[in-house]
Amino acid sequence: MDDLAVLIEPQIPALRRYATALLRQREAADDLVQDTLERAIRAWPQRREGDLRAWLFAILRNRYLEGVRRRRGIEVGVEALDTVTDAGTDPEAALGARDVLDGIAALPEEQRSVLLLVAVEDMSYAEVAAVLAVPVGTVMSRLSRARGRMRAFLDLAPTIVTGHLRRVK
Amino acid sequence: MTASDPRPIGEDDLHAFVDGRLDPGRRAGVEAWLAAHPEAAARVAADREVRDRLRARLAPVSEEPIPARLRIANLATPHRMRIPRWWTNAAAAAFLLALGGASGWVGRGAVPGPGAPVEPMTQAAVSAFRTYVVEAAHPVEVRADGSSDLVQWLAARLGRPVIVPDLRTQGFRLMGGRLLPAGDEPAAMLMYDDDRGTRLTLYSRAGPSGGRGVFRYARADDVAAFSWIDAGMSYVVTARTDEARLLRVAQAVDAQVSGQREGAR
Repeated sequence: MDDLAVLIEPQIPALRRYATALLRQREAADDLVQDTLERAIRAWPQRREGDLRAWLFAILRNRYLEGVRRRRGIEVGVEALDTVTDAGTDPEAALGARDVLDGIAALPEEQRSVLLLVAVEDMSYAEVAAVLAVPVGTVMSRLSRARGRMRAFLDLAPTIVTGHLRRVK
Repeated sequence: MTASDPRPIGEDDLHAFVDGRLDPGRRAGVEAWLAAHPEAAARVAADREVRDRLRARLAPVSEEPIPARLRIANLATPHRMRIPRWWTNAAAAAFLLALGGASGWVGRGAVPGPGAPVEPMTQAAVSAFRTYVVEAAHPVEVRADGSSDLVQWLAARLGRPVIVPDLRTQGFRLMGGRLLPAGDEPAAMLMYDDDRGTRLTLYSRAGPSGGRGVFRYARADDVAAFSWIDAGMSYVVTARTDEARLLRVAQAVDAQVSGQREGAR
């Protein structure tokens, strides 16, 4: 059990960060992480060799998607997830500008997860492909679409950048 | 640079540039290309801006200490690994039904399978908590002036020994207790409070038989609950407090209840 803690616990801060970005609510995010860890402990004996981080993130994302489907009461197609908003209170209130997490929430989940895993979790494109169980090419096209939409959301499109870029740092 | 790597610049190069994933040779090539393509350079700058803001926005989450309930040891200690699946499923499902989306995340990975009994214990405990903690005049039926009267009264009514945990180490004093209707045998609810008036309830009832379960955490708005089963009894501690403090209470109750039972043998 100690071995398991040594291996898994270092991943918990990043899992909480991803869950928070998905759900926007801290308690709900920790519930999701707890659910993920319980699932991981149960599945540990069946785990194959490989990237532990990708494995844990894949469990978390699958639990999240199952939760979203269940909340809607019916099985839904992936495209229906586009419209799911994860409204929640915003603990660290954004400073003046539009909250970047609002932009993330407006993305289809598959684009949102790709952008979060690449940009925030520093995963390689191959690792993200493993988490989402899709080819690397699919990861790249989702990343392109996600970045295009985020540029528009944050008013950071090229024409505006040259005029008056809003620096919020 | 581009001479040593003649492949044309691709979108994948631009993403990898934003994400700092290019080797130095390719990076220099991309930089040279961007210098000649200002619109693409502006897009790359915007993508970096998004990346920086996302990281800054989410950094506090990963930098804070992790909640105690997420420690692997608190999720599954060796004794607590084996639990009847139907119970955890049913308890979570009951809570889910009771709360109906009070929290943003209602999955918790547990729904009853076909024919699985739905255990409404956590739901009942949280309802009882909400009903009685706000009572100013009669929060409890029997006050804990000398706790032996309370213990005898509860034991007589329930027809079994009742253990009243001492939670003073955790900052909670016993206020008293009451009986609540719950199927064949009534449930016992003990109420405690601390110096700041925070009230906490320990709800217990018989069943299910056998097994020893993990601490299950649930939250409905501002009310938090930990539930578990042990030796044919089910327990729920409920309070408006943070989960770390509530988990310490749950662990203390569990240790005292199982310790006194062992001692009585």
